[in-house]
Amino acid sequence: MRKIIMSAAVTLPFVFGVAHAQDSVKIGYIDPLSGGGASVGEGGLKTFQYLADELNAKGGILGHKVEIVPMDNKTNPQESLVQAQKAVDAGIHYITQGNGSSVGAALEDFVTKNNGRNPGKEVLYFNYAAVDPSMTNEKCSYWHFRWDANSDIKMEALTNYMKGEQSIKKVYLINQDYSFGQSVRTEARKMLAAKRPDIQIVGDELHPLLKITDFSPYIAKIKASGADSVVTGNWGQDIALLLKAAADAGLKVNWYTYYAGGAGGPTAIKQTGLDHQVFQITEGFPNSGNKAAMEFEKDFRAKVNLSLWYPRAVNEMRMFKAAAEKANSIDPVKVAAALEDMKFEVLDGGEGFMRKDDHQFFQPIYISSFGTMTDKDKEPFDEENTGWGWHLVSKIDTAQTMLPTTCNMKRP
Amino acid sequence: MLELIVISTLNGVLFGMLLFLLSSGLTVIFSMMGVLNFAHASFYMLGAFFGYQLTKWIGFWPALVLAPLLVGAVGMAVERYGLRNTHKHGHVAELLLTFGLAFAIEEIVSMIWGKSPMDYRIPAALDFPAFTVFSTNYPAYKIFMLVVSVAIFVALLIVLKRTRVGLIVQAALTHPSMVGHLGHNVGRVFMVVFGVGSALAGLAGVIAGPSLVTQSDMAGLLGPILFVVIVFGGLGSLPGAFIASLLIGLIQTFAVALNGSLASAFGPLDPSLGPSVLTDIWNVTIAQIAPILPYVLLVLILIFRPMGLLGTRET
Repeated sequence: MRKIIMSAAVTLPFVFGVAHAQDSVKIGYIDPLSGGGASVGEGGLKTFQYLADELNAKGGILGHKVEIVPMDNKTNPQESLVQAQKAVDAGIHYITQGNGSSVGAALEDFVTKNNGRNPGKEVLYFNYAAVDPSMTNEKCSYWHFRWDANSDIKMEALTNYMKGEQSIKKVYLINQDYSFGQSVRTEARKMLAAKRPDIQIVGDELHPLLKITDFSPYIAKIKASGADSVVTGNWGQDIALLLKAAADAGLKVNWYTYYAGGAGGPTAIKQTGLDHQVFQITEGFPNSGNKAAMEFEKDFRAKVNLSLWYPRAVNEMRMFKAAAEKANSIDPVKVAAALEDMKFEVLDGGEGFMRKDDHQFFQPIYISSFGTMTDKDKEPFDEENTGWGWHLVSKIDTAQTMLPTTCNMKRP
Repeated sequence: MLELIVISTLNGVLFGMLLFLLSSGLTVIFSMMGVLNFAHASFYMLGAFFGYQLTKWIGFWPALVLAPLLVGAVGMAVERYGLRNTHKHGHVAELLLTFGLAFAIEEIVSMIWGKSPMDYRIPAALDFPAFTVFSTNYPAYKIFMLVVSVAIFVALLIVLKRTRVGLIVQAALTHPSMVGHLGHNVGRVFMVVFGVGSALAGLAGVIAGPSLVTQSDMAGLLGPILFVVIVFGGLGSLPGAFIASLLIGLIQTFAVALNGSLASAFGPLDPSLGPSVLTDIWNVTIAQIAPILPYVLLVLILIFRPMGLLGTRET
């Protein structure tokens, strides 16, 4: 008897230990943790780790602990495929990625092929920021879900706002030279021509992705073109350094951007003195006025020491939990089925839903401008200790963000 | 248009002078030891990180002096304990040593400082617009970079051409055994030259760090361009490196400013041909191919003038 107890005492912890390790839900975070994209990649990782901690503090997902596994892809599609395969080999069923649609497209293709060939070893790809429209149109996949508004939706909203700004006469487009940047430039040209034919496009630039360390030659060119507004989809160091070079040269234009709020951006804007002349379009921002979101922002800043840059990551993780609970399983196939057409109350308020036709999440989006803060009670958050913060300019409700899709979804 | 030309010229000359700070050391080391130092850009990166760290501890100005000295000391140690020992195994061993060193330095730097960009700021004393040309501000810090580079160039020239030390260095370049017979310690000359070359790269790192981005991939971004500069200028030629640096700096900056493409020169293609690879090539602007232009130059010069602009031997 004593022997049995002894052996049980020795083996039981192992048995439970193993059971526990198998039980955790692992999410492979495949994003740049080195190279030009590292600054955004590390911020994203901290966000997901914070969100995992938040879920775990409330008992995880269906009792399973959530674990984020960081995997460095160096913003490189080939490297991402290596990492994705490593994730599959390690028994990971969920991967998440956001930086770079070139990477996103490669991963989307990877999960489609992997899941077709290896039934029982399915992997879901949760996309929180790769916004190339083709990923939910001609290249769409059943195993891919996107929480960020795609580039066309953002451009539609941005140009709807620009339409009313009569001071805009000459627009300069500068974008990164890859699928996403090209789609931004094409859509901007098309939509501006339709909505404001009087606007002149005085420049249309594509530059190498995350390779440029000094944008002053480009700024000199924008200056020489006589543009009064710049439209850019740049992200990561490409927006921060672009704004920094503009600040150095004293370029005074209005900026219509997707991601001006990224690390380094606010500091550069403050330096140029462009008070409420830089706009960005997001699914949420610190001073949105939503009480729950602002509470979250406060706790997040206190613990992570960053502004929340990915409200969509919050939506992604919380909705993942809700979908798993709806399916009563952490099996990726069942979770995928549960996510389709699922409705969800987003962080910054309002209802969003995951469209079944293309797995694009639709949600309210906001245009905000960066500058001096007038009402510190209503808008308490500044950025990067500049004393300036984001201010609501326009809100676009879910219904107005709906664009048709050409996706012809192949279901398993 | 004039504005664009003036600003682009300033930017181009600045980038060129920065390249020269780096390539001068590389080319002198090459002509002396016959070794292409693959780790040279890593010394530039070390300079930037040392500069960042020392700036945090003791301020920018002391860092501007101390960081290059530290990098020089690292360089001397590499020569004394690394290259000198591998020298007897031939150039391939030396080349491989510097090649491995480049990776090792990058890994060590990212282990210590992480992989994201450092918050290496321009010192407050230089953070203002120096002057305004056609309503564009030109930052004082860039002028400072330019002044430092030009000062180093002049100092280097005077030391090499007008002093006894320079005389010995130049002699050791071509006739090492003769210099040794005359009673000079050739080994020490090599070590000091390697140290000075590394220190120059370090200095370039300290002053470029706040203006460009200080992070662990900065060596990889700049390294290949350096080889273009010294091959283009002629291996081992200091004036060649100077001309090539300026030329490449200007070409890269001006190419960005140009919008010309085949389509704008010859008119758009017949739309009935539809989108194809040809339309892509037809519509690519010079600005888009700016980053690869230096490499095109490298290929061309190797085909038509293998010794480089001012080089004397074909290597």
